[in-house]
Amino acid sequence: MRIQGLARSIAGERTWPWLLDATVFLVVMAVACAVLMVGHVWLGPVTSHAEISRSPSALPLYALYSVVRMAVAYVLSMVFAITYGYIAAYNRRVQAIMLAVLDILQSIPVLSFLPGVMLAMVALFPTRQLGVEIGSVILIFTGQVWNMAFSFYASLKAIPRELREASTVYRFGWLQRFLQLELPYATIGLVWNSMVSVAGGWFFLMACEMFVLGKRDFRLPGLGSYLQSAASAGDTRAILWGLSAMIAVIILLDQLVWRPAIAWAEKFKFEQVESTAAPESWVLNLLRKSPLLSRLQEKTMTPLDEYLCARSARAEAREGDARAGSVGKVVAVVIVAAACATAAGLGVVAAFHQLQGISGAAVLSTVQSAGATFLRVLVALAIASIWTIPAGVAIGFSPRLARIAQPLAQIAASVPATALFPVVLLALIRIGGGLNAGSILLMLLGTQWYILFNVIAGATAIPSEFHEVAEIFRFSRLDRWRTVILPGIFPYLITGLVTASGGAWNASIVAEYFHFQGKVLSTFGLGAEISSATDSGNFAVLLLSTIVMATLVVSVNRLLWRPLYRLAETRYKLES
Amino acid sequence: MAEPLIEARGVEKFYGQPGGNRVQVIAPLNLSVYPGEILALLGPSGSGKSTLLRILTGLARASAGEVLWHGQPVSGPVKNVSIVFQSFALFPWLTVLENVEAPLKAVGLDPAQRAKRATQMLDTVGLDGFESAYPKELSGGMKQRVGFARALVVEPEILFMDEPFSALDVLTAENLRNELLDLWEDQKMPTRTIFIVTHNIDEAVLLADRVVVLGKNPARIRTDFHVDLPRPRDHKSPRFTELVDYIYTVLTQPDAHPEVPAATPAKPRYPMLPHARPGGIAGLLEILADHNGREDVHKLADLLSFDVDDLLPIVEAAAMLGFAKVVEGDAEMTPEGRAFLDADILRKKELFRQAALERVPLLKQILTSLEAKGDRTLPDEFFEDLLDEHFSEDETKLQLETAVNWGRYAELFDHDARGERFFIPEETAAGSPV
Repeated sequence: MRIQGLARSIAGERTWPWLLDATVFLVVMAVACAVLMVGHVWLGPVTSHAEISRSPSALPLYALYSVVRMAVAYVLSMVFAITYGYIAAYNRRVQAIMLAVLDILQSIPVLSFLPGVMLAMVALFPTRQLGVEIGSVILIFTGQVWNMAFSFYASLKAIPRELREASTVYRFGWLQRFLQLELPYATIGLVWNSMVSVAGGWFFLMACEMFVLGKRDFRLPGLGSYLQSAASAGDTRAILWGLSAMIAVIILLDQLVWRPAIAWAEKFKFEQVESTAAPESWVLNLLRKSPLLSRLQEKTMTPLDEYLCARSARAEAREGDARAGSVGKVVAVVIVAAACATAAGLGVVAAFHQLQGISGAAVLSTVQSAGATFLRVLVALAIASIWTIPAGVAIGFSPRLARIAQPLAQIAASVPATALFPVVLLALIRIGGGLNAGSILLMLLGTQWYILFNVIAGATAIPSEFHEVAEIFRFSRLDRWRTVILPGIFPYLITGLVTASGGAWNASIVAEYFHFQGKVLSTFGLGAEISSATDSGNFAVLLLSTIVMATLVVSVNRLLWRPLYRLAETRYKLES
Repeated sequence: MAEPLIEARGVEKFYGQPGGNRVQVIAPLNLSVYPGEILALLGPSGSGKSTLLRILTGLARASAGEVLWHGQPVSGPVKNVSIVFQSFALFPWLTVLENVEAPLKAVGLDPAQRAKRATQMLDTVGLDGFESAYPKELSGGMKQRVGFARALVVEPEILFMDEPFSALDVLTAENLRNELLDLWEDQKMPTRTIFIVTHNIDEAVLLADRVVVLGKNPARIRTDFHVDLPRPRDHKSPRFTELVDYIYTVLTQPDAHPEVPAATPAKPRYPMLPHARPGGIAGLLEILADHNGREDVHKLADLLSFDVDDLLPIVEAAAMLGFAKVVEGDAEMTPEGRAFLDADILRKKELFRQAALERVPLLKQILTSLEAKGDRTLPDEFFEDLLDEHFSEDETKLQLETAVNWGRYAELFDHDARGERFFIPEETAAGSPV
């Protein structure tokens, strides 16, 4: 009996990788099929005014369409973020400008990009669905890319001096330096920011898949448009179906993509000693066991890397002898700079032309609406802080509580607030509250998690010696908060508040203006202004309100958050 | 002296400040690094040692002055140097082997060659078996071994080290230092020049052939001297302590300019006896007489079909006794040597005795000790104890053996091999010339 059992377990060991390979193969085939299907739709003729089905049976296909859109947007974001971050980090001349541009772009809400992107894409591909699809992808891209670019830039800047010197002394070519130093060092930041970005993508998915632009009504089949249609029609059953499908997809992606990515990124942690509690992922463990994948890597990636590195080494050796080609480089830089300047100049002229048609009253109303939204953002942040600070500190101090609360909070945070919004609105209407309060609630739903997670991280990072000091000297509860806890979590709190504030501003465009039960619900605010201007195709107002919002967000960042940040870094930084 | 490998000429570093003021970090200084030496650059923390290292390697630019590499001005990272970093600077996402292979990959070596050379170098630094480990799995000392392997695998012309041991605990650092010296002494290291930056005085005196001490605010060279201690060096030897004290004084008293202490007891109390027999010395003198009293040592060896290494002790012995001297590679007979050669056997013994007592401290010491004893005899152990702080155990035996040979010929004392004792025979004791 025992021998038989043993033999069976060995057989299991043997067949296991084979099964694994078969699974990997099937997954690859499935992805290929999906790409073909999506490609068929995208390259097909324009389906004007497509009806979005509200039947649950349409959901799997819609989910696929949405995931593909987000994946394409994500790949674009990654490429752009790495290129932009790389140039900004290594070109001292353009660095300041590039960072300022990034700062401004980050503060512009998705919908403000919409008309320009959509009209351009539809003009490029007038007969194919591709134009609209690309437009939607670019919209998702604009919601994902900026923080990734910032992250890559910051990682490049933070590479320890001696590591960089080692790569210089040992004469790494640019490719080897990129593959063995820069990319690995930036990986953890990129992975975490990718998660934040994709979460942001889900948040704006409804806005990116279904919108009205003047007289044209764009509807792309997908999860976002499904939810939007369900909400517009007030179909509660469909809302719940769509919501569950979205949550299922998000959980699936978390298990199949993000957990493995985090566990894999662990190897890129810049630490001297191995940490005891390294994140794990069952998917990654399985993938690592697959002989097919490792063979594939051996046969494709390794030789490619060798070939490219050897080429770059030879090129480097040649260049070391004669530093030629610098004239060509200068010319290229001048051309690019001139093109950028011309484009910017034309943009300014066009914008000025647009703005001339706006009356003084409209300007005043825009400024007032900005004030209203500003207040809502403040209230949302205040409410979020009031509950998340004590909760976060409690969770951070108690490992037992953290084990239960953290996964729950993560699931809650991963559900995009916009998807919940129809449900919330239904409840609000039943209670009798308006969108004024409702929009604050939506901002809160979308942004409180940033503060909560940062506070937890901060509370965990307070050294236990501090608690012991407080214990020994019998600090009162108030003293404990004033001298240990608040200063301890301060830098983390600020990080959370900055992210939350940016998120709240962005959320205002979907929170203050909503198509619901066949009507438009809206409240007075800058977000509503932008959304309605998009809907009605009023480009002048859209431009004006976008400029006001970008100016406000950037000024708040510069005048409020940056000084606080500096204070946190100098005065409240815990150094070992 | 040989051509310098790297030469800093009037190199200085300063930072401009708003208002036209400038902060001088390094005052203009000249420094040359020669092939074959271990140079230690010492200085208080913040004195600009590491900056100077980075200027010499081309990683950083000097504000003024120039750096020459084999006589050519440097305008970028210098080829063919390595740096061992204080923080190890290993890539945590690469395995130990990949870390060591990385510089070879940069020069476009193919994978098989790379793996072979990297593995060999890991063996040399004592890390075989750790190829597939990640740096974070290793202790600090082992990480720095990887750092050494990575630095040495490119066979650099100069190995630069920036405080390579200061991130390690005391014992690990000591251990690694000694292993480094062993590699250096055994010539297992594919580099013949080391430039080490340190703030540890002991470390500098232990390792370096040459010590350069930097002063602070701005950095300038306070002293630059050769360490004349033979290896292996003993932390507790008086000369070691003397040099450490000297450097300590230079470092702690910015305004003092003490002299490098002269190597006072340059001769040990017992200069080593060359292992030659008196008969051999007499033979050498005879041959020299046949060549008009002077001949090239190598030619002599040829004439006698001797190995030079076998002839040299005889020449040295003759020189020690004052019967010959070595001039420009020639052995030349002295008047004392001529007198010794011309004398009859009894006179020969007398001349030898006089020369030995006058010029060979060990023989005199043995005689004095024996005479101080009532029974005029002492065990071997007594003299072994006397010598073993100067010589190794084997050498002590050889020294005593030679002393016995010479002492017998001079009829100063005799030795009882079975009883392992030295003694003065009755008849010579009476006629002792002392």
